[in-house]
Amino acid sequence: MPEGAASGTRGAWFPRWFWPSFATPATLWLLAFFVVPFFVILAIAFGRLDPIFLTPAPVYNPAGWSFGPFGDVLSQIFSSGSIYQSALAHTLVFVGTATALCLAIGYPVAYFIARHAGRFKTLFLVLFIAPFWISYMMRMLAWINLLQPNGYVNRGLEALGLIDGPVYWLNGKPLTVILGLTYGYIPYMILPLYGTLDRIPASTLEASRDLGAGQLSTFLRVTLPLSRQGILAGLVIVSLPMFGDYYTTTLLAGTRNTAMIGNLIVSSIQSSLVQTGASLVLILLLLLIVPMLYYLRTTERAAEIGRGA
Amino acid sequence: MSHVRSWLANPWARARFLWVVAVAYLAWTLLPVIIAVLFSFNATRSLTSWQGFSTQWYAGNVNSVWDDPVLRAALFQSLKLAGLTVLIAVPLGVAFALALDRWQGRGAGPANFLMLFSFITPEVAIGIALLLFFTQLAIGIGLGFTAQLAGLSMYMMAYSVIVVRARLLSIGREYEEAAMDLGASPVGALRRVLLPLLSPAIFASAAIVFAASLDNFVISQQLSKDASTQTIPILIYSSARTGPLPSLNALASLTLVASTLVIGLALVVYRRASREQRRPALTRTVA
Repeated sequence: MPEGAASGTRGAWFPRWFWPSFATPATLWLLAFFVVPFFVILAIAFGRLDPIFLTPAPVYNPAGWSFGPFGDVLSQIFSSGSIYQSALAHTLVFVGTATALCLAIGYPVAYFIARHAGRFKTLFLVLFIAPFWISYMMRMLAWINLLQPNGYVNRGLEALGLIDGPVYWLNGKPLTVILGLTYGYIPYMILPLYGTLDRIPASTLEASRDLGAGQLSTFLRVTLPLSRQGILAGLVIVSLPMFGDYYTTTLLAGTRNTAMIGNLIVSSIQSSLVQTGASLVLILLLLLIVPMLYYLRTTERAAEIGRGA
Repeated sequence: MSHVRSWLANPWARARFLWVVAVAYLAWTLLPVIIAVLFSFNATRSLTSWQGFSTQWYAGNVNSVWDDPVLRAALFQSLKLAGLTVLIAVPLGVAFALALDRWQGRGAGPANFLMLFSFITPEVAIGIALLLFFTQLAIGIGLGFTAQLAGLSMYMMAYSVIVVRARLLSIGREYEEAAMDLGASPVGALRRVLLPLLSPAIFASAAIVFAASLDNFVISQQLSKDASTQTIPILIYSSARTGPLPSLNALASLTLVASTLVIGLALVVYRRASREQRRPALTRTVA
């Protein structure tokens, strides 16, 4: 590759130390406020407890780590009927359903902007990106107003004759949580989908038509396979933060039988069960490490392609 | 007219079906927010029935954003935190993006991996890790504004890196190398050629970081010490379910206005600058 030769001459322009020195401040910042804090999590999860006050006594030397307490939390998750297990089950069901809904609603919408919005494309794009800078809390607040017993949702349903009395949407209904999560995260699904669908050249689709495929089979055999990358990226981008969500369910349901892993983590820390909280954070990360690495790998590959290397 | 008739004749033709889905989607995403903004102008304390227009929840009423000390403090606290986060995260991110793009050494890969990893880790894990860091290890700092600023600037840095790096890919090395052939020092080439070319991207990333920091909830909440470090999202979270007043909607609407202004301004600047740069860039920036 000519890259090597080029970088040889490049040295004549910039001293060797010049660019690496630019990475130093940010790297130090990441080490101090990202790497070290996660090491503290390990030191607490695998550390000791003060025998009298039951406060955590972090052990920073890995040689002294004991994995007993972590194992206890882990076995709690596998024992049926525990709050840990039900929280994990809620998390999987809520995140799974909401992610599927995001894809089911987001795909036609993204397809529309990429293919059929025509001269309104810019307008639609701006409107579709709007939720990104509307605060998440404000969007939840908006729904809390609408879903009150005497709110517009109930009044609308009553006017249509679909319900008789008020429905208490905000009193621990899993459906409300799932729809809330879908509402909250769907913009993150539409953007990568739009990105891949927009890149499919029109000539590819025309070729498929010329070769005799109908609309449906062009979609199923050309568009859908070509947008696989965007679908996977969207699924990962949407579900990763959802797995750590604790505020949506608190705001829209607020009961124990809608608690997710995030709620367990936060409430353990608040009730001074710090070691349990730290162990739960590790379990959450273990659960998510595969999709996280998958996402990192694909973005890195995309960056390399963009760079032309 | 024939358009309407053909629509009625076959509303399920594919493109029409997609139009319906897209418009319904927009109504679903935007209407609730529009209604919430409208109710910040309600004449009474009701959030469920419209009683007439008033601006009392912004200023005038004892419980308005301006007159209620809790709401006003949260507003200023949010602006302060977001502003300072921009001042830390953007310079760090721009320098990092430059290093990642121009440095061919073997450290660049791991550094980039670390940054992206921080970006996709679920926020609750980062928030709790930082909370434990500041309460167990960095006890001298403890929880509060400094901790919030440190955590948020670390988390937000990635936005700036991603935006600036995308721009760097399209600029190439020719400009700075030409500047140095003409006698500029490395720092001079950076300051007088590369940074001006990057300025639209830097500005855009600052706007994104500002808007995202203004809306940040998890890290700000986990590292908050008490009422004095309460930001707008924390306040909305804690009072949304306990009989809130329209002033809470007013506070949320104000953040919406602030983010929209900042993002809109950045878009305008970015588009104008990238249009200008398509004209002969070197003559303009080096002259």
